[in-house]
Amino acid sequence: MTTPNNLVYDRPEAFTEMPTHYCPGCTHGVAHRLVAEVLEEMGMIDKTIGVAPVGCAVFAYNYFDTDFVEAPHGRAPAMATGIKRVLPDRVVFTYQGDGDLASIGMGEIVHAAARGENLTVIFINNANFGMTGGQMAPTTLPGMKTSSSQNGRDVETQGYPIKVSEMISTLDGVGYCVRRSLHDPKNIRLAKKAIRTAFETQVRGLGFSMVELLSTCPTNWGMTPVNSLKFVEEHMIPAYPLGDYKISDAIKQIKV
Amino acid sequence: MPKELWKGNEAIAEASVRAGLEAYFGYPITPQTEILEYLSRRMPELGRAFVQAESELGAINMVYGAACTGVRVMSTSSSPGVSLMMEGLSYIAGTEVPAVLVNVMRGGPGLGNIAPAQSDYNQAVRGGGHGDYPRIVLAPASVQEAIDLTALSFDLAEKYRMITMIILDGSTGQMMEPAEMPTMMEIKRKDFEWATTGAMNRERRVLSSIYLNPLDEEKTNLRLLKCWQDVQASEVRYKEYFLDDAKYVVVGFGTAGRVALSAVREARAQGIKVGLLRPITVSPFPYEALDQLTGQAEAFLVTEMNMGQMLDDVLLTVRGRVPVEFYGRPGGVVPFHNEILDEIKRIASGPLTVKSNPRDSWLTRMAA
Repeated sequence: MTTPNNLVYDRPEAFTEMPTHYCPGCTHGVAHRLVAEVLEEMGMIDKTIGVAPVGCAVFAYNYFDTDFVEAPHGRAPAMATGIKRVLPDRVVFTYQGDGDLASIGMGEIVHAAARGENLTVIFINNANFGMTGGQMAPTTLPGMKTSSSQNGRDVETQGYPIKVSEMISTLDGVGYCVRRSLHDPKNIRLAKKAIRTAFETQVRGLGFSMVELLSTCPTNWGMTPVNSLKFVEEHMIPAYPLGDYKISDAIKQIKV
Repeated sequence: MPKELWKGNEAIAEASVRAGLEAYFGYPITPQTEILEYLSRRMPELGRAFVQAESELGAINMVYGAACTGVRVMSTSSSPGVSLMMEGLSYIAGTEVPAVLVNVMRGGPGLGNIAPAQSDYNQAVRGGGHGDYPRIVLAPASVQEAIDLTALSFDLAEKYRMITMIILDGSTGQMMEPAEMPTMMEIKRKDFEWATTGAMNRERRVLSSIYLNPLDEEKTNLRLLKCWQDVQASEVRYKEYFLDDAKYVVVGFGTAGRVALSAVREARAQGIKVGLLRPITVSPFPYEALDQLTGQAEAFLVTEMNMGQMLDDVLLTVRGRVPVEFYGRPGGVVPFHNEILDEIKRIASGPLTVKSNPRDSWLTRMAA
């Protein structure tokens, strides 16, 4: 097949040819593509080992043309630690949702960050457990209806949302911790830059790096894809402000 | 190499290092903590990986990650900690990657105590984690045997791509004995055809335990069983003592088997024709050796530091052909050899009947 001269968009080499299983309007596809583009641009496809979570991204290993392992619920940062400690010259990343990372896997993520494990975490925050049918997650907004907070999350009985980036950024082992959003092209570009910086952080041995990505879940939110993007902008971002929560001085010098 | 005085736990730690351990992940729990402490110094000085994890969950999943790369990796714990690791063990079994786990058992259930026990036999040999999977379980009865079986456990784990467990009790972990340590093995990183190490110059690899199609999962389960049949055919290990002319056969593993040997020796000195079968692999269990002894023995005595867990494996083999009696000390109690000697004498003086559940009469005797 010849490549047209005006080609501006193509499947990244870091992707397999597997058709996606994600729901229409879900931003997992965008986040996957950004990671794939970064791995390809950095020439790291063949030295990367990904760790897939439990949740909607359980099949992430079907899409990335890299070695991959599948972790038990929440334990991806522990598995990634095991891999990175024996193969320190490889690139290791976990890709985790909010149920996986902020609920059952809170211990593993906090301690991997505190140890300053030299790995990269892509954290998808869509305010619910997607795979199991949209139950309340630690990140579900107050008042937000889910299948296990059917009258809206009541903070008196169901607690408050956990702001993961704010919390992780307090740990000394963390080199890079930022929150971005995938709700419009400008923010998607910023998200890609952050993902690139996170991987650069790892490659240069500058500590734990995490990019939190505010994401959509049209199916479980019961919204159209377009309204889901609006929901991120109007409700998620005020609750989870975008920004740089921790960028160590060494990483500020990195130009990506 | 000359014999040196080694503490059981530290002997296992050093033996694992010499067997080519490249990564250790663990969490403190009595009575196995010396393994972690020893390796916290030894591994970094050799440039190998050591992490004191945040929990047993963290530790076993670090093991799981490292195991996926094909290196020799180990964790160690004690009973309550091993319970926490069962999730990881099931995943390691489902993914078919090799690793070693040592359980220095203590009294339970629950928090129990920190005294020596054999309380986790069933958890070890029957699976423990969710799903349908078998596992090799080795049971040393001395510091020397713990050293020898540590090296073997890595070979077996690699050969059959499964987690191999070593179960011992707190007394073997804590005691000091003269023992010979093997020489340091040179680490040769093998390029296993399944290991996820980065897809340089090859097709990418994926390691997972997901088979959404039940037919695929069934195929995986059957493959695990086929592999287990190979293990059963080749890896059964046990020690026999005075069995040639034995009319009575004691069966015990680990410390209970070792104490029983003293009792058997004394009974022999008193003219009682008694012998001992001590399983080294409690999984695969030496069913065949026991079956052959059933044609010769007039009665069996099973002795354990629990309420009769291996007893069920003996009963399955003997199938009511001759009487099976039981003597156990659960809860962290180590039996004295004269207690087992008394049991041997009781059995030798007969008459005994085949009981459907030897635990009942044992419990009655215990209560008296």
